[in-house]
Amino acid sequence: MSNFSKLSPKQFAAIGAEFDDIRNRVLADLGERDANYIRTLVKRQRRLEVGGRVMMMIPPTWPLGVAALSVSKILDNMEIGHNVMHGQYDWMGDPTLNSKNFDWDSADTAKNWKQTHNVEHHTYTNVLNRDHDVGYGLLRMSTQQKWEPRFLANVPLTVILHTFFQHFVAVQNLKLEEYLIYKTKTGAQLKEDFKPMWKKMRKQLAKDYVLFPVLAGPMAPLVFVGNVAANLARNVWACAVIFNGHFPEDVEQFPESVLENETRGHWYVRQLLGSANFSGGRLMHIMSGNLSFQIEHHLFPDLPAHRYAEIAPEVRAICEKYGLPYNTGTFLQQTLSTWKRIFKLSLPTRDAGRGRLEPVAEEVPLRMAA
Amino acid sequence: MIATSPNTRFLSTGLRRVLGSRVVAAMTTPHGVDRYLELFDPTWSVNEVRAEITAVSHPTADSVTLILRPNGNWQGFRAGQFVRLTVEIDGVRRTRCYSPANSVHAADGKIEVTAKAHAGGFVSRFLREQARPGMVVTLSQADGSFALPEQRPGRVLLISGGSGITPVMAMLRTLCDEGHAGRITFLHYCNAAKDLIYAEELAEIAARYPNVELLRGFAAVEQCGELQGLFNREQLVTAVPDYAEASTFLCGPPGMMKAVQQLWVEDGIAERLHLENFTAAPVVVDSANAEGDVRFARSERLAANNGASLLDQAEAAGLRPEAGCRMGICHTCTCRKLSGRVRDTRTGQLGEEGEEDIQICVSVPVGTVTLDV
Repeated sequence: MSNFSKLSPKQFAAIGAEFDDIRNRVLADLGERDANYIRTLVKRQRRLEVGGRVMMMIPPTWPLGVAALSVSKILDNMEIGHNVMHGQYDWMGDPTLNSKNFDWDSADTAKNWKQTHNVEHHTYTNVLNRDHDVGYGLLRMSTQQKWEPRFLANVPLTVILHTFFQHFVAVQNLKLEEYLIYKTKTGAQLKEDFKPMWKKMRKQLAKDYVLFPVLAGPMAPLVFVGNVAANLARNVWACAVIFNGHFPEDVEQFPESVLENETRGHWYVRQLLGSANFSGGRLMHIMSGNLSFQIEHHLFPDLPAHRYAEIAPEVRAICEKYGLPYNTGTFLQQTLSTWKRIFKLSLPTRDAGRGRLEPVAEEVPLRMAA
Repeated sequence: MIATSPNTRFLSTGLRRVLGSRVVAAMTTPHGVDRYLELFDPTWSVNEVRAEITAVSHPTADSVTLILRPNGNWQGFRAGQFVRLTVEIDGVRRTRCYSPANSVHAADGKIEVTAKAHAGGFVSRFLREQARPGMVVTLSQADGSFALPEQRPGRVLLISGGSGITPVMAMLRTLCDEGHAGRITFLHYCNAAKDLIYAEELAEIAARYPNVELLRGFAAVEQCGELQGLFNREQLVTAVPDYAEASTFLCGPPGMMKAVQQLWVEDGIAERLHLENFTAAPVVVDSANAEGDVRFARSERLAANNGASLLDQAEAAGLRPEAGCRMGICHTCTCRKLSGRVRDTRTGQLGEEGEEDIQICVSVPVGTVTLDV
């Protein structure tokens, strides 16, 4: 039964006020500490990148080079790119750390990302048909998604998604399934939409697979393979972190009806129920872009992410107070739970045959009490 | 104007060409070469003007003079122009305009700016208290039409008040360096002798150059400058009888500027007066009612403020700014506010005056607001 139906309208309002309070407190405290944090991280990432690319050209340091570039790409995409493009550092007024200007070392354009991720995914988190991240149009991630034979390939497709994650994300806004499967999109439309994406992809491909290999002269194959490895490492890691944030088994998904007259309190609770954390040390948090605090991130997507660890105990206390779950576990637990869901949903489920989207199983109508 | 041997100049232009090349751009995509250069030295940049503070002094109790060494991107300035100087205070970038006060012929290529720290002057106060040699600031290229014309006028009258002295100081120093033959009158008003920023140097210049006349006016009655009290017609006619023949350059506080301007207009010689506003008149804020206008600068539209969010008002005006969640989450609608104040609908907090990035979906204007939309 959804935890949504356990709360009264008064409680929703009270929860909203408590979360707003945390947000305002952190906002008022932003300053030099946050600026130093992100700048130091950017510096380290750029050093790893330069160092990694150089070391890759020298055979004995090749493995180190691959490791350094992998870490650089992960930092660039996650703790820096993802967070900066959320506007977490807009208050600094630094054009190089501003969500309007920042672009990342990924095939996806910043503009597309801000649409599919910041707008669609964060506003409509885990709402079927609205949050495209639920399965990326490729997978069946919810019992509320009607089963189709193509979902038999849920598991291998998830592996492919992890492998080519940056390119899947880059073309996510094309909504390819609308062309390939549902035929609601024309080829011409697709081609037009693909142009700006290809422009960015081309640059990224040229850099990693032509320019730097050519610069390495006789070491070209080494650099080529090294860059493949670094991109692969980033792809798999980023995809795994994101899946752990929304798809462990107990994480809820919602029908579109949930959006009607949604208040700020309801929105907060939906974010909370639709996200999951995983535990780890400081390094784990930085390497996952602090998406190990996916719950805090979804409640406060524009607060600097390194603050999530500090407010997590308060968020957890609010959850306990209102009897709401705070979904967390080790990285391994969350991963296993996620894959269990992917396996299960590749086959038809009992309540899916009805062919329309409904709240999970024996659901009480949402917020009808209000 | 930086003294360099032909050899190092060749090297630096060669290096600059390489760093600015398409290959380097492709290697450093999407961040750009500057983001890597700054790892080595914070003043290194292919595109931006950055400067290191090399000396800090305090000419009067409430002012600070900075000597800045700009990087190679600095294209110089015309005497009287200003630069936008950006510093970071508690993690937030703040930009203010300052007029270099040095001669454009300064051999070391350095820039001298003087800031007067008044009560509300957040940035100037920071500079006075925190600026240290070695700090790096960001600059714009010089800007502004208030400048000595290329064809130097013969008879020059420079009028300034308070910290408005800096651009006319640059003019005076430049003209002296050029061995200007015409007469120059330097007319300056301030509260008391101890507040006169370039006191010693002005006295020296007046003693050294027979064509330079220095007239100081102090508001404090007990102090005797060459002039007494505030600017007025009688005083001007007595002190500078040929003011109508001079090319006059004026910079100072709003009240004084207005008085001078009025006199020049009355005499029908307004075209001989060049002026620079360096402080905006204070804006009265009434947050209770929706007042003022919303100006959309880029699309050149104007609407009466109706109290709704700036995003709603922009859309009502027929504009289509980028927007997403409309609740302050996604930052898709973030845009530049050029002037005015807004209230955050989520926190009820009143924002800062002046240029900053705001989320227009959760901002309501308080008084007139100009957006770069």
